[in-house]
This record gives sequence, C-alpha cells and structure tokens, in this order.
Amino acid sequence: MPRKTMIESIRDAMDTMMERDENVVVFGEDVGFFGGVFRCTQGLQAKYGKTRCFDAPINEAGIVGAAIGMASYGLKPCVEIQFADYVYPAYDQIVSEAARLRYRSNGDFTCPMVVRMPVGGGIFGGQTHSQSPEALFTHVSGLKVVVPSNPYDAKGLLISAIEDPDPVIFLEPKRIYNGPFDGHHDRPVTPWSKHDLGEVPDGHYTVPLGKAIKRREGSQLTILTYGTMVYVAEAAAAEHNIDAEIIDLRTLLPLDLETIIESVSKTGRCIVVHEATLTSGFGAELAALVQEHCFYKLEAPVARVAGWDTPYPHAQEWDYFPGPSRVGRALVETLEGL
Amino acid sequence: MSDDGIAVEFGPLSLHVPEPAVRPGGEPDFSNVTFPDAGSVRRPDVDTNPEDMRDLAFSIIRVLNPEGEAVGPWANLLTDDQLVEGLRHMMTLRTFDARMQIAQRQGKTSFYMQHLGEEAVSCAFRKALVQGDMNFPTYRQAGLLIAGEYPMVEMMCQIYSNERDPLKGRQLPIMYSSKEHGFFSISGNLATQYIQAVGWAMASAIKKDSKIAAAWIGDGSTAESDFHAALVFASTYKAPVVLNIVNNQWAISTFQGIARGGSGTFAARGLGFGIPALRVDGNDYLAVFAVAQWATERARRNLGPTLVEYVTYRAGAHSTSDDPSAYRPKMESEAWPLGDPIMRLKNHLIARGAWSEERHTQTEAEILDTVIAAQKEAESFGTLHAGGKPSARDMFEGVYEEMPPHLRRQRQQAGV
Repeated sequence: MPRKTMIESIRDAMDTMMERDENVVVFGEDVGFFGGVFRCTQGLQAKYGKTRCFDAPINEAGIVGAAIGMASYGLKPCVEIQFADYVYPAYDQIVSEAARLRYRSNGDFTCPMVVRMPVGGGIFGGQTHSQSPEALFTHVSGLKVVVPSNPYDAKGLLISAIEDPDPVIFLEPKRIYNGPFDGHHDRPVTPWSKHDLGEVPDGHYTVPLGKAIKRREGSQLTILTYGTMVYVAEAAAAEHNIDAEIIDLRTLLPLDLETIIESVSKTGRCIVVHEATLTSGFGAELAALVQEHCFYKLEAPVARVAGWDTPYPHAQEWDYFPGPSRVGRALVETLEGL
Repeated sequence: MSDDGIAVEFGPLSLHVPEPAVRPGGEPDFSNVTFPDAGSVRRPDVDTNPEDMRDLAFSIIRVLNPEGEAVGPWANLLTDDQLVEGLRHMMTLRTFDARMQIAQRQGKTSFYMQHLGEEAVSCAFRKALVQGDMNFPTYRQAGLLIAGEYPMVEMMCQIYSNERDPLKGRQLPIMYSSKEHGFFSISGNLATQYIQAVGWAMASAIKKDSKIAAAWIGDGSTAESDFHAALVFASTYKAPVVLNIVNNQWAISTFQGIARGGSGTFAARGLGFGIPALRVDGNDYLAVFAVAQWATERARRNLGPTLVEYVTYRAGAHSTSDDPSAYRPKMESEAWPLGDPIMRLKNHLIARGAWSEERHTQTEAEILDTVIAAQKEAESFGTLHAGGKPSARDMFEGVYEEMPPHLRRQRQQAGV
C-alpha cells in the first residue's frame, strides 16, 4: 500500500472528494496556484480549475462567511485557514452563523462546510503559529471538531468531514505532518514512510466521526489524548515501563464517551494529555466526564497534562510543550496514588 | 519642540466625535442634505465602467416629483397594475406592522421591529427578483416576504413562537427564514449575512447557474468588518450580487455619521473597490424599483456587483425596546424631506388616473380585514405565553442533522 505524509493524505482526501463530487470547492490564502503554505492543496487548481480551487483575500471572516453562503447554496466548501492562530476574525461566522444555521432556520438552510487549519506548536512558530484552540470550538453547539493523528485517519476523517451535513472544524497538528513526533525535539522524527499509519489506501474510504480508537491496549491506566500528544504519550509510557491504554479521541465533538468509560472502568486510572492551555481546556471536560461516569471505579484523581496557561512562547518552546518528561511524571504520580 | 521633546508648534491634538445636526429639544434640520430634483440624475447603461459613473455615488436618483409625476430617465418602468400592486404591498406591510406592534404591547410576543417609512425599499426591490434568487436580509426587510406572497399567517406564527411557528420557537420574533421565498434565515447578528450573500452568489457563478443574490445591511452596521470583507470578495470575484445599504439615518440611538465617518456617502464605500455605486431616494417606490432593476440586470449579465444606498428615514423606533424621543427631535420624522413612501405612490397613482381617494380608503379597510383575519388564525395556534407552543423536545432537535449521543442524554435528563 502507498505510504504518504499527512500533508499528502489530506491532499488526497480533497482530491478524492473533488473527483467524486463537483460541489466540493477548496479555497483559502495561498491555496490556489501555489497549493498552500504547507502544500496541502498542491496540484488541485491545475487538476480541477480555478473555480474549484482558488486563492482568497487575506480575510478569514470573508473566507468562512463566503463558505457559509456557498454551503447554503448547495456546494461543499472545504476551506483552509492558514494557521489556527488566524481563525479568530472568522470566529463570529463560525460560532454565530455556521453552527446555528440549521437550528435557527429549522433545517431550511444548512451549512455542510469544512474549515481546515493547522494547529499546535513544536516548529518555533511563537505565539502566532502554535496555538491549539480546539476548546473554543468544542464549546459551540452545532459544530463538530476533529483532530487526526496520522495519515490514514487524516484522509478518512477529512472525507467523512466533507461528506458530513454539518460544519466541521478540522484541526491538523502541523508538527506531525511529516512524521509521528514524540516530543523528543532533540531526536530525528521517523517519517510517515516508515510508519504503519502512513499507509494510505488510494480512493475513497472513511474513518467515522465521533469514534475514538485505542492506540495501545493496557491495564494500568488510561491516557486520553489526541493529535501530536498521542505519540508523546506513547513515548512517556514506554520510557516508564507503564502498561498504559492510550485512547486517541480523533473526534472531540461529538465525543466517543463509551470508549472512554469502558477503558477507565477497566484501568481505574486516567490522565488527560493535550497541548492546549490547561484552564478551561478540553481536558477539563474529559476529566469531568470521567468522574461523572467512572467515579466509583477510580483509584486516583484524574490528572491533566497540558500547555501552561501562558501565551505560546518562542525561545522557551520546549519548556512550554508538555513533552514526555512531564507526561511521564504524571503517569508515575497517577500510579503511585494507590 | 519644548524641552521635554513634545512638539508644540502645532498645539495639542483633539479627538473628533461626530454629532448629529440636532438633538431632542431642537428644531429638525436637514439643510445639510442635498436632494437633487426628481429626474435630474442620469441613467448610465447597465454595462458602464464603474470608473465612468462615480458621480452617482454622491447624488440621489429620484423619479417622483412634488406634483406626483414620474420624470426622468429612471421613470416609466412599471404598469398601472404593477404600481397598484406595489401600493397594496406597502399598505399591507404597514398594517401588518401596526397590528404586530400592538400585539407586542399586549404581551403576545416579546419583541417587534417595524418598517414605518421604509416600506418602499424592500417591497419595490422584491419586484426586480425572480424565483430562485436569494436575499440575505436584515430584520427590516419583511417587505420582501409580503411582496413575495409569503403567507402572513406563517410570519405571525413565527412572531408568536406558537405551535405552528415554522422555526419551532428557536429564533427571536421577526427573524424569519424561507428558502422557497428567497429569504435567507435572519441571524440577528449584524452584517454577518453580507459576506454570506457574496459567497452564495459566487456559488451560483461557480455552478454556472443564473441565480443572483441580494445582500442587505443598515447604515450603522456598514462599520462592521464583515461589510468590508463582503466588498473585497464581491470586487475580487465579480460576484453576481446586489449589495444594499439601507440608510435610515439612525442606528438605534446613533446617527449615521458615526458609521459613515469622513466618507461623503455610504455609496461611496463601493468606489475604492471598483464597485459601481448608486444612491437612490428610498421613499420613492419607482426609483427604488428602477435602481433594483439596473443592479439586478448587471448581476444577471455577469457584470458583477453593484452597491446601492437607499436614502430613507426610520420614522418609528428601532424596535419595541427603545424610545426615539430620547435621542432625536420628536418632529424630525415629519420634517424628513423625502416624505412618506405610501403617500407618494398613492399621489402618483391618482395623478396617473389609476387610483382615487375612495379606492385608497376602501383598500385600507380591505387590507385591515385581511391582516386581522390572518392574526386571528395565527393566534388560534397560540401566542408567546398562551395556547399552543413548540415542545421542549423541539429544543433538542436540529442542532445537527443527526442527534449526537450527548444531546440524547441531555434530552433524557430534561425529561422531554
């Protein structure tokens, strides 16, 4: 089977859907002729023409607002925000408009739209190229929020997102575009071409929204995580010889609560890991749900490892990033809580 | 320079905050506004280069003169029957508003917004559209529905949030939605719909269809970033959209100068984008239609967007939640130089010999009967606090096409 990077698999998903459905259109800043700053849309304009894949003015509210209008017309826009850090001008369009259009019009108008954006740090992008704003979207009724962690899932989830009848926020952890980064920034990253999850089938397939997956079966504790932190969690557990069950949530909204309850009920311990800032982060929702549903099975408090509550710094990137040592410490503390 | 490095030769700076000409207690004064004579403004060809018609952003296109005659190059587009129909639409909207305004005072709904003085804008514009076109309206364009033959009972059921409310009680009163009638769901957030209209129009062009869009905004919310986003996108992609600005002089209590700033007119906002801009007497049914027809034809011929500023006056309060006497002279409405749109069309029809005082009075009575009958029917399905209402179960439906597990759990918790 062909192996692809996450960039190639994301491009493949859009290519597959543009081929199958002429209502799929792709646009954003630098997305057309050049193919995007991360090259996710490379070649799509040449293949499908300028009216299916095109450059947009630097105006995120305009990109998303226009996409909402197109979606209500019957197109399926899949737009790119160059970095999640730039999405805020479009936040009103996403929150007040896309998310509520079906509800407020009682289904008279709908918004089948995907907004893709790279998230997360680890590339020395400072505070304007590193943020993980997922919790700003999981708090919004009417949205779906997806975070893939590998090329296979990225393609299957993006196809599901494009086919979904409702607006989907598709967050792409840019640090793992080219390989599964485990948080050891001083070591080389294995490219996706040497990783099983880099195997991406040609053509159409889907990974369903709302379904988590166990990346590792384990008995001692459950790690709830997603995106880049899946690999950081794997590394931390391996380095501490901890038999962790690692759940890659893949979709944050709607959440696969069943898989979480089943796992935590079995292990009795749970830690939540994300790169986004701690306070009011998605981990808070996960911790609340775990204690609501698994309280009598828990043998230790639910721990959270997250980005510090500061803006994403530049020079101090690796002091900020919740790498394997911080995750490892939380794993040990949660186990020693016996 | 002074010793501490502060530049002194020009004196201290001061902040400019625009003020309306008159405040409550003063005499209404529109002497600063220039109103060209009816018939005096040229009508360029629809395919005119925007560069060659910039003057029209600073004028006012008018058709009806003080004698009630239709004059000039924008006149004579509508037949007697069409004009009588237009008059009926405006009278219906005004009567509808009056009844719903009272219904709100009676506690039958929480909120209402009327069109008093602005009826011509949406009623006449609707006449230039065809089935399949889409408006992205604000809350003050219900004339698009009335003139589009949308059933008044449906509108009232929405206002009452009753058991027949097509929006199941989820949306504030008057935030209608009807795809079939070319009326996009009203958000309630200002300006967001402007860029959506451009996107919708782009979609029609991408699909090589023939449908066009109409965006709507008020003078105040042209200050929003979404307005400017819409102009950029419309200009870049030459979208088949008419960009309407209804300048009714007042954004709640804030006069239009706060949003307009140093720009001469709102229409002039289009010029920097290379978008042709027209300014029209919004209280002149014939002029509004003529301009709407020009702009829609331009869009249909794939010549791109047009920006239209309707100069009108909000004769009533902004909504049922404010009192205009607190921020503008009480008699300002009567002093408005462009008069009342219904009276002006009525006088024109009488001047044409197509109408009479008797027919007008009779029509008023007929319309009142029709509106009251619709109101009775709507009220038989409930009002906000009495009778049939949407179920609490409906509250959980329609957030997504398929209800996700967490909403199912919450619905169970709510016991509905």
